[in-house]
Amino acid sequence: MSDVSVSMSHAGGSVPPVTLPEAPAKVTARGLNFYYGENHALKNINLTLGTNRVTAFIGPSGCGKSTLLRIFNRMYDLYPGQRATGQLMLDQTNILDPKLDLNLLRARVGMVFQKPTPFPMTIYENIAFGIRLYEKISKSEMDGRVEKALRGGALWNEVKDKLNASGLSLSGGQQQRLCIARTVAVRPEVILFDEPCSALDPISTAKVEELIQELSEDYTIAIVTHNMQQAARVSDKTAFMYLGELVEFDDTNKIFTSPSDRRTQDYITGRFG
Amino acid sequence: MGSEHTAKAFDSDLQELTRLVAEMGGLAERMIVDSVDALIRRDVALGQRVVASDAEIDNLQRVIEERAVLTIARRQPMAVDLREIVGAMRVATDLERIGDLAKNMGKRVAALESEFQPLKLIRGLEHMTDLVQSQVKSVLDAYAAHDLPAAMAVWKGDEEVDAICTSLFRELLTYMMEDPRNISFCIHLMFCAKNIERIGDHATNIAETVFYMIEGQQIMDKRPKGDMTNFATTVPGN
Repeated sequence: MSDVSVSMSHAGGSVPPVTLPEAPAKVTARGLNFYYGENHALKNINLTLGTNRVTAFIGPSGCGKSTLLRIFNRMYDLYPGQRATGQLMLDQTNILDPKLDLNLLRARVGMVFQKPTPFPMTIYENIAFGIRLYEKISKSEMDGRVEKALRGGALWNEVKDKLNASGLSLSGGQQQRLCIARTVAVRPEVILFDEPCSALDPISTAKVEELIQELSEDYTIAIVTHNMQQAARVSDKTAFMYLGELVEFDDTNKIFTSPSDRRTQDYITGRFG
Repeated sequence: MGSEHTAKAFDSDLQELTRLVAEMGGLAERMIVDSVDALIRRDVALGQRVVASDAEIDNLQRVIEERAVLTIARRQPMAVDLREIVGAMRVATDLERIGDLAKNMGKRVAALESEFQPLKLIRGLEHMTDLVQSQVKSVLDAYAAHDLPAAMAVWKGDEEVDAICTSLFRELLTYMMEDPRNISFCIHLMFCAKNIERIGDHATNIAETVFYMIEGQQIMDKRPKGDMTNFATTVPGN
C-alpha cells in the first residue's frame, strides 16, 4: 500500500473546475484609472475581455462597474471633469487616444442601456438611422440590413408586418430588443450592456439573455448586471468590483461556486454590509 | 462561514438544515452501536428496535431533502451556501445508507441461533465496530465544525477497518471449512462484518463531502484501501 497524502490546498489534490480555453484578447485594460473630478472612481484596473466571450461585471452600487463600461466607448467624454489614465486597447487601437474618432469608436463598441431608448420614429427608421450615419447604401440594400439587424435582435418575426409603426408602440421587452438590433445594425465588434434587463419582465429578460448568448458567437460582450443569477447564466467570465477596485476576475463557474476572495464570497452569497 | 446574511431567514434555513443532519447523524451512530450490541448479546428485541428506528432515519432524510430543495428555490444560493446545501443532501444520503446497513444487522440477530460462539470473532467484530463508530462520530463532528484536517484524518483512517474486515473474512472461511454446521452462523457474521466495513466507507464519503464544502473542489487523490476480501480464497497460502 503506497503512502497516500491529501493536499489541503488547491494544488494537485482536487479536481480542477471546468474552464473555458482562453480566448484572444479583444479589449485590454492595463493600470486603468478613472476620475470624476477629484474622486478617484476606478483604481488600477487590469483585465482582458476575450474575443467572442461574455464578460459580466458585478458589484454593489457605486463600485465602478458602469463607470468602467462607459470608458470602453469613451462615453465619459460627454461630461467635463471626467478623465481616464492608464492603458485601454481595443485590438491595436488605443481607446484613450485623445485624437481618436469617437464616432468610429462607438461604431466598433456599441452600447445598450438600462432603459430601452428607441428613437421616436418608425421601427424601420430606428435601425436605418444608425446605418446611414456610417454608410451610404441603396434602399434594397438597406431593407436587407434592417431585416438582418431585426433578426439579430430576435425581433423580426414580431415586427415584420409593422415596420412603419412607431418604435415607441412596442412593449418594453421589444423596445429593448429593438435597441439591441439598432446596435447590431452598425456591425460593431464589442457590445456593452448596462443592466439591459432591469426594466424587463422575466419572459423578456429570458429572451434578451438568450439573445446575448447568440450574439456572443459574433461579438465580444460586456454586461453590467445587479442580478447575479443573470451573470451566472449568461457570462463566461465574471469580474467582481468593489469600491473602484477589481477584486476578482475569473471563470464564471468558479466565481459562483468557489470564489477565491472573501469579499466576492460575501457579496454573491448576500452577506454584505 | 462567519458573518451573517442580510436576509436573516436564510441563516436560520441553513442552521436548521445543519441541525437536522446532526440529529440524523446521532440516530445513525446509535443504530450502529445498538445493532452490534444486539448481535453480540443475541438480543432479538434490541435488534428489532434498530429495525424500527430505520423508518425515523428515512423520514429525516426526506425532510432534509425537501428543506434543501426549498431553500435552493427560495434563495438561489451561491458559492459556500450552495456547497453547504449540496453537502447536507449528500451527508443525509450517506447517513440513510448507514441506517439501512445497521437495520440489516438488526434483522440478522434472530437468525444467529447457534451454540457456536467463537470469542475471538466476536471481539474482532466489536473492535471493528468501535473503530467505525468513532470514524462516523469524528466525521460528523468535522462536518458540523467545518474542520478539514479532522475530516481528512477520517478519510485516511479507513484502512485499518478494511484490514480487520479482511482478517475476519479469512477466519470465518477457516471455521466454515472446519465444520459445515458453522456455515450459517459464519455467513451471517460475514455479512455483518461487511456491513460495518461499508459504514466505514460512508464515513469516508462524508469526509469527501466536507472537503468539497470547504475547498469548493472534489478530492481527486485515491483513498488508501485495505479491503482485500475480494482476493481472499480457500487456497492454502493465500
